[in-house]
Amino acid sequence: MNNILVYCELNGNNVAGVSLELLSKGRSLADTLGVQLEAVVLGSDLSAIASQVFPYGVDTLHLFEDSRLEYYTTLPHTSAICKLVDEEQPQIFLMGATVIGRDLAPRVSSTLKSGLTADCTALELGDYEDKKSGEKIENLLYSVRPAFGGNIVATIVNPYNRPQMATVREGVMPLCKVRPDDYVGNVVNHNLADYVSDSDFVVQILERHVQEQKNHLKDASIVVAGGYGVGSKENFDKLFTLAHLLHAEVGATRAAIDAGFTTHDRQIGQTGLTVRPKVYIACGISGQVQHIAGMQQSGIIISVNTDPDAPINAIADYVITGRVEEVLPKLITFYQQKI
Amino acid sequence: MKLNIIVLAKQVPDTRNIGEQAMNADGTINRSALPAIFNPEDLNALEQALLLKEQNPGSRITLLTMGPQRAADILREGLYRGADEGILLTDRAFAGADTLATSYALSAAINKIGEYDIVLCGRQAIDGDTAQVGPQVAQQLGLPQVTYVRRIVTIEDNRIVVERSIGNGVETVAAPLPLLLTVDGSAAPCRPRNAYRLLRYHRAAVPSELSVGENGKKPADESVLKEWSLADVNGDASRCGLGGSPTKVRKVENIIFQVKESKRLTADDADIKALVGELLANHTIG
Repeated sequence: MNNILVYCELNGNNVAGVSLELLSKGRSLADTLGVQLEAVVLGSDLSAIASQVFPYGVDTLHLFEDSRLEYYTTLPHTSAICKLVDEEQPQIFLMGATVIGRDLAPRVSSTLKSGLTADCTALELGDYEDKKSGEKIENLLYSVRPAFGGNIVATIVNPYNRPQMATVREGVMPLCKVRPDDYVGNVVNHNLADYVSDSDFVVQILERHVQEQKNHLKDASIVVAGGYGVGSKENFDKLFTLAHLLHAEVGATRAAIDAGFTTHDRQIGQTGLTVRPKVYIACGISGQVQHIAGMQQSGIIISVNTDPDAPINAIADYVITGRVEEVLPKLITFYQQKI
Repeated sequence: MKLNIIVLAKQVPDTRNIGEQAMNADGTINRSALPAIFNPEDLNALEQALLLKEQNPGSRITLLTMGPQRAADILREGLYRGADEGILLTDRAFAGADTLATSYALSAAINKIGEYDIVLCGRQAIDGDTAQVGPQVAQQLGLPQVTYVRRIVTIEDNRIVVERSIGNGVETVAAPLPLLLTVDGSAAPCRPRNAYRLLRYHRAAVPSELSVGENGKKPADESVLKEWSLADVNGDASRCGLGGSPTKVRKVENIIFQVKESKRLTADDADIKALVGELLANHTIG
């Protein structure tokens, strides 16, 4: 009892990457607390789920399989999860900070009257002393999140209400398999009708258009990213040339996208993607905190900027002071000569 | 059909445009120096309400905000753009509220308004970016919710059809009224102020603004701006403000990046050539 519960969302019939990342984090929190890790999945075909989640350290897997759950809608998921939480009494409950998680988590937390911290970038355990009562609480969840447009980082605690809920951004927690691929834990099949009522199905999905992901920014080991300082769409296209050579992906700052240099799906930063490539080549990026929040965990950072004092240079391993349109062709040429 | 529409709005510091005057000497942000604005996605929500009103003559738009007295500024802004009335929910008891306590107070105010078909709000506010208050208000009112809405397609016979963003695509959903919608920034931008409405409402004020005798302002229409306290909405003080908030802020840190020892290079051929050589040699690239 008082375990850690992770809501696993689905992409088709597969568990989403962010949910596997949360299971990895949940496992290490559970080990520290000496409790078990539980996962819950709702969907219309869950035959492939168990083998996907158990290697990440799940002890008990709760499944709700029902043809009415083909696509996510708010109310049935809320009802099923709130009742499951009542039964299982987890102390910590985690979800991805995705379109689904950010729709579901607040509804669930409001139903349970428990506290919720959104879009966390770190989860830790620590003690808390109530300044009013002097009471000391051990092993509380510290939910760490940026706020104020990324200019501050706040640590939020939830001293008295349970479960302690948090949503976590995709790409923030590293994946970590802890058990063999054929490990099978405890599977509990729940009957959805015992958890939801027909009135939970009042919202109907009429149509869905899903586009295939056009880029692999999240998984790229090298990212060539451009900011407003790239100057023009023509210059920005040179980023694609270099990226192609290096088998890299192209990312951008919000300012570069607003200027029309490239498309929205390439945005890196607070309101875009979080990436952690081996190499990050930042071209004409000044380094606003909102952007840095999405790339600061990169291995090696190379900054190309005309301003030797650009804020991003403070976190860069290599700083090239120069114009992007001058430096990029040289990088391309010398790379081609060496291989 | 005539609709009663409630739009929830928040006055927020403009975190997107942090000028030099808002920077402290140590590189941290002076939050009080940031201009206070109408939360951008709440303006997208207001525009959806205004479009609905155009298509459904006789509809009424009530703008509701919780905040200190100065938040009446965004109620006036809403009147200039076409809202019919504004309500300022203000009370010391609301101070320090997290999203759950905020949504409780807003729900109590919506219950006091009583008749409504649609509650609209922005997906999230730019100071906290939590996106929690919309769904929490929906839950507390017992309404269905549709989040990330980018367009209202049709509304007839107590049934609404909307398009919503789902990250990698778009979903069209149908739902019964009443319900709550959160509108995201990809929806139509809000129309500008209307000059006639600006003239008509620029003296509109909530009662507490009048009582301090600010320039002897008198509202053009006594009924357009209202001010409600906790008692006015029959709220339970134990569920409001800091005391009614399950989450507590333990610590706040200003972002100060860990400075790395960086290698400085010029754009000269020799420097770039050496860099590419070094990265290839240690298998960083290639």
